[in-house]
Amino acid sequence: MEYDIQIFSLTKKFGNITAVDNLEIQVKKNTIFGLVGPDGAGKTTTMRMLCSLLVPDSGTAQIGSYNILKENEKIKQDIGYMPQRFSLYGDLTVLENLEFYSEVYQISKKERKEKIESLLEFSNLTKHSYKLADQLSGGMKQKLALSCNLIHTPKYLLLDEPTIGVDPVARREFWKILFELREQGTTIFVSTPYMDEAERCDEVGLMNKGRIVKKDIPSNIINNFDKHILCVYSDENHIARNLALEEKYVMDAYMLGEGLHIVVDDLDYASEKLREKFNNKIIVSSIKETAPSLEDVFVNIIKSEKR
Amino acid sequence: MNLKRIFSIIRKEFFQIKRDKRTIAIIIMMPIMELLLFGYAASTSVDHIPTAVYNNDIGIESRDLLDSFVNSQYFDLDYNATSMQEIEEYIDNGNAKAGIVIPPEYSKDLKNGKTAQIQLIVDGSDPTTAQTILSSAGGVVQSMSVEIIKETRGIEMPQVLDLRSRVWYNPNMSSINFNIPGLIGVILQTVTLMLTSFSIVRERERGTMEQLIVTPITKMELMVGKIVPYVIIGFVDIVLALALSVFWFRVPIAGSITLLLLFSVIFLFGSLGVGLVISTVSKSQLQAMQLSMFMIMPNILLSGYMFPIEAMPDIVGKISTVLPLTYFIKVLRGIILKGNGFGQLYQEFIILTSFGLGFLMIATVKFKKKIE
Repeated sequence: MEYDIQIFSLTKKFGNITAVDNLEIQVKKNTIFGLVGPDGAGKTTTMRMLCSLLVPDSGTAQIGSYNILKENEKIKQDIGYMPQRFSLYGDLTVLENLEFYSEVYQISKKERKEKIESLLEFSNLTKHSYKLADQLSGGMKQKLALSCNLIHTPKYLLLDEPTIGVDPVARREFWKILFELREQGTTIFVSTPYMDEAERCDEVGLMNKGRIVKKDIPSNIINNFDKHILCVYSDENHIARNLALEEKYVMDAYMLGEGLHIVVDDLDYASEKLREKFNNKIIVSSIKETAPSLEDVFVNIIKSEKR
Repeated sequence: MNLKRIFSIIRKEFFQIKRDKRTIAIIIMMPIMELLLFGYAASTSVDHIPTAVYNNDIGIESRDLLDSFVNSQYFDLDYNATSMQEIEEYIDNGNAKAGIVIPPEYSKDLKNGKTAQIQLIVDGSDPTTAQTILSSAGGVVQSMSVEIIKETRGIEMPQVLDLRSRVWYNPNMSSINFNIPGLIGVILQTVTLMLTSFSIVRERERGTMEQLIVTPITKMELMVGKIVPYVIIGFVDIVLALALSVFWFRVPIAGSITLLLLFSVIFLFGSLGVGLVISTVSKSQLQAMQLSMFMIMPNILLSGYMFPIEAMPDIVGKISTVLPLTYFIKVLRGIILKGNGFGQLYQEFIILTSFGLGFLMIATVKFKKKIE
C-alpha cells in the first residue's frame, strides 16, 4: 500500500502542555482521512505542523516525497491548506482573491482564466464573482477558500474543520466536492467535529490528548464495538440518566440526539433492570437497543481514556 | 525572488487600500490637515502689533517714517514713550510687542546725506510674532529708503537708513519657514510608520497570514511586496506636502528638489523598516498602534522639530542623535532653507542610509514565515 502522508512520532509542546504527543498516522494515497476528536485534542496543531506553519519539537512527517522539515518550502507547491478560520481577504472580491492566489502560485496567464472559471463553476460561485468575500455566506466562504486552495491543483489537501459553522445543506455540497477531488486523485486530510462527516471518510482517526486512540475504516470501528447501546426515550431524560448511572452494570449514559444512550454489556439483563428502576419514577416511552454510531464509539473511548 | 509574485502582493495591497476609507484618510488627509493646522498655528500672519515709540527727533522726516510704519498695517503706534526706560516697561509688561527708538540726529543725518539710525526692540518671547515684527519693520524701512533716494535723486549714498534690531528674551527664533520643513519630516514619518506597522499585523489578526504563508511565496517577496506600496504612498505624501508648503505656505525650496526627494526615499525606507519591525513583534493592531506612538512621540519632541536640540539637556540631546528624524529634519531644513547640496549633507546621507538598512535588516530577521 502506498502512503501519501506519513507522520512519524510528531510531537509539539506549548509550555507544559503537550499538544501533539508522538503522533503516528499513515494516510493512503487517494483517500480521505478524517481526523476527529474533542477540542484541544491537537488536530489544528497537527495540521499546522504538516504544512510547516509550526515547527515540531520532535518527530517528522512525509508528504508525498517531501519531508516536512527539510523540504518545507518545496512542499508548498503541492499542498493546499484551509485553516479553520476564514483566511482570505474579505475586502477583495471573489475573483480578486482567486486571481491573487493564482498569481502567487504562478499559474500561467493562459491557464489562469480557464482554471478560475472552472473553479467558480465547480464551487457554484460564478454569479458571485464580483462580491466582496466578506459579503458571502459561511458556506460560500468555505467554498471560495477551497477554490483558492485548488488553484494550483495540489496533490494533497489539508483541511482544518472546513465545514464548521456551515449549514447542513452547504456541508453536504462541500463534501460532494471533496469526493470529486478524491476521484481526481487528490489525497485529503480533513479534521471535523461532525460525526456524519467522519463516517464519510475512507478512514478515521480519533485523536485525544495529542495521540491517535483509534484508527480504522468507519464501518470497522462501529462493528468492532463490543458493547451494547440502549436508547431510552422518556419525559425526563436527565432524571433517567442519573438513575441509570446509579446502576453498576451501566458503563455510561449520555444524551445523543433526542434520546438517552446507555452503554451496557448484557443487553437483556440491563433492559429488564432499568425498566424496573424507571418504573413509577418517570414515564418511559421506549427502551430498546440501537446500533452504535461512530459517535457512540468515540464517546466511549474518550470516556474510558479519562477513567 | 520572483518579481511577478511581488507585483501581485503590491496590487493586492492597493486593492485593499482603495477599499479602506480610513487608510485613504491617513494617506491624503493627514498630511494636509497636519500641515494646515500646524502651519497656521505657527503662522506669521500677525498684524497690528502694539508698538511703543520713543522719538527723540523733531524733524518732519521722523514723522514720515512713523507714518509709514502705521500705513504698513503691521504696527499700531499705541504708546509714546519719553525715555528708554519707559519703552522697556511697555515691553516688559506686555503692552507693547515692539519698540521703535529714533535718535535725536535722525533728520539731521538724513539731510546731510549720512546714514540715519533707527533702533528696533523686539519682544522675542513669542518667536513667530518676533519674526514678523523683524521682517515687516525691515520692509517698512527698506521702502522708506527707496523713497528718500528718489527724493534726493543723484546723491550717492551707500545706505540711507540703518535699522538696528535687537531681539530680547529669545534670540533663537523659529518661524513658518523654519517649521514647515520639519513638519514635512514629522508627517512623512507618522504616515508611513503607522501604515506599515499595521500592514503585517492586520494580516495576522485577520488570519489571512496563515493562508498566505502556506503558499510558495518567499519571505523576501512578501516583505518587498509589503514595503513597496508604502514607499509609493510615502512618496505621494512628500510631494503633496512639498506642494502645499511651496504653493500654499510660500516656503520656497532653495536647494535641489531631486536631492530632497532622494533623501526622502532613503528616510522612508528607514521609517518603513521601523514600521515592519513593529508589525512583526505586535500581536494586534492596537499593540502596533501603541508601539508606533511610542516611536513617533520622541521623534517629534526630540528631533529638533519642536525644540532646538542645542537647548536640550545633554542626556536628552544624546537621545536625539539616535532618532532618524533628527537627521532628516536637518536635511529638509538644509535643502529647503539654506539650499544645501549633497556635499554638505553626506554625513546625514550615510546615517540615514544606515538607519534604513539596519531597520530593514532587523525586520527581515524578525519576520518569520511561521505562526506563533
